[in-house]
Amino acid sequence: MSALLSVEGLGITFGGLRAVHDVGFKVQPGEILSVIGPNGAGKTTLFNMISGIYRPGTGRIVLDGEDVTAMRPDLLARRGMSRTFQNLQIFQNMTVLENAIAGYHLTESGSLLADLFSLPASRGRARAAKDGAMELLARVGLERAAETEAGNLSYGKLKRLEIARALALKPKLLLLDEPAAGCNAVETEEIDRMIAEVARSGVAILLVEHDMKMVMRISNHIVVLDHGEKIAEGDPATVSRNPDVIAAYLGTETEALHA
Amino acid sequence: MRLGPKSTTLLVLAALIALTPVFFPSSFYYRVGSLIFINGLAVTGMVILIGYAGQISLGHAGFAGIGAYSCALMPVHWGVPVLLAAVLGALISAALAWLVGRPILRLKGYYLAVATLGFGILVYMVLMNEAWLTGGPDGTAVPDSGLRDMAKAIGINLKNSEFWYWFCGIVLTIGAWLALNLHDSPTGRALRALHGSEIAARTVGVDVAKYKLQAFVISAVYASVAGSLVALQNQFVTPDIAGYMHSIEWVTMTVLGGAGSVLGAIFGAGILTLLPQVLTRFAEYEQLLLGLIMMLVMIFMRDGLLPQVLRLIRGKDQ
Repeated sequence: MSALLSVEGLGITFGGLRAVHDVGFKVQPGEILSVIGPNGAGKTTLFNMISGIYRPGTGRIVLDGEDVTAMRPDLLARRGMSRTFQNLQIFQNMTVLENAIAGYHLTESGSLLADLFSLPASRGRARAAKDGAMELLARVGLERAAETEAGNLSYGKLKRLEIARALALKPKLLLLDEPAAGCNAVETEEIDRMIAEVARSGVAILLVEHDMKMVMRISNHIVVLDHGEKIAEGDPATVSRNPDVIAAYLGTETEALHA
Repeated sequence: MRLGPKSTTLLVLAALIALTPVFFPSSFYYRVGSLIFINGLAVTGMVILIGYAGQISLGHAGFAGIGAYSCALMPVHWGVPVLLAAVLGALISAALAWLVGRPILRLKGYYLAVATLGFGILVYMVLMNEAWLTGGPDGTAVPDSGLRDMAKAIGINLKNSEFWYWFCGIVLTIGAWLALNLHDSPTGRALRALHGSEIAARTVGVDVAKYKLQAFVISAVYASVAGSLVALQNQFVTPDIAGYMHSIEWVTMTVLGGAGSVLGAIFGAGILTLLPQVLTRFAEYEQLLLGLIMMLVMIFMRDGLLPQVLRLIRGKDQ
């Protein structure tokens, strides 16, 4: 079975510092793969390379059979990749609804002239995007906040808005960078449920998350990074028993690993 | 029926244009009015660039220069009708904006500001120095557009200043309508998205370079048409139209009035066109007062004048 995403020998250095070195793994459609590791292990850097924000120094990224190494993020979006960010990248200058509609950019954009003159074609595309966005907002429980300025939402709601925007692209591969960070237990559970549901619909999910309970609960497969290198991988049970993993997390999250 | 914000804005603008002449004590004010509308048009283009897309240009008067000199030179040298020359001028401005914008829109913040400033100065220098073509610093005449005669032919007989007041008012209203259409369209959303977060815009598939360039080209066309209007009305142009002070004036009007809204920026154009007329009675203190007012507005009303005034009115309602 050919993987949806295949990462091979990925590495990058920042000013002599090896941030990520020789990391590889595969993600199948419908699978949830989590990348875990202590702070500074290179998880977000790995995400930024896969999503085209950083150019990898070494290695190859193959999406759905196509080499997409160092491809521009907007072109990756066209190929079915979508992501959220650790420190939220919300369009603060827009309403909640407009943020969600922005996720439909690839299906709603057309000719500039049609937009300038507000031709029926342009309005039709915009309306379809708006309907889709309203449905998505309802799905993440934000439909009542649709007309609110996005900057006025609580952190937990912004997290959900960002996930809704990422889902609007109808991605084949979804990268979630700490979706539950800063969320309370109830919100975390909701996000948890949402991720599982998206995976069930056949989307491959790559997850970076600090909440070990959540990771152990929903992941099919876990990759452990430490100092930019992969030190272990496997299913949750295997990884949580791995002595290298326990050593890397020593004293900090060992209890959580066994939860 | 409830009116949307777009229709409301357009109605307010049209009503202001239509009703203000009632208060004009003399026909001189028609001239001030058309000047406000011309600045308003250029500034509406700046709203698309600054307010929607979050980019800056300190060189847009260069495009006004191209629009103005197209009306002056094409009829004389190539026998092109003046109105067609204005259209061609807009196309040249668009093409030039596209060429210039591609490399310089990769720059951000002050680098972009300086690069665009350089472009504006370049156009100004060409207009100043190529005297064999442009007449140099003394300027050059623009043939009569025949627009007023056309209006006469269909029974609208207006004094020159009145005619240009109404004509520029109509062009401004159309310009505002297009800009408002754009705001809520997929393109406008992409522009505002990249303004909000370039990185997030990219991840939802926005080709950031392409959309920045579109905003730059559209705003250049607005500036070009504004320049053509100046030339058509005055039937004379000098290189001053492309001077960098003009570019800076337009940015100031946009930001002072409220870069995020078309009506706000036009309001800013109105205030900054009128203020110098009002402040002339303070003679040598005119520039000083103007500068002081700008600084105070920016310190105390960072969103711009109009949004702040609207907020005050709404606050009192409650």
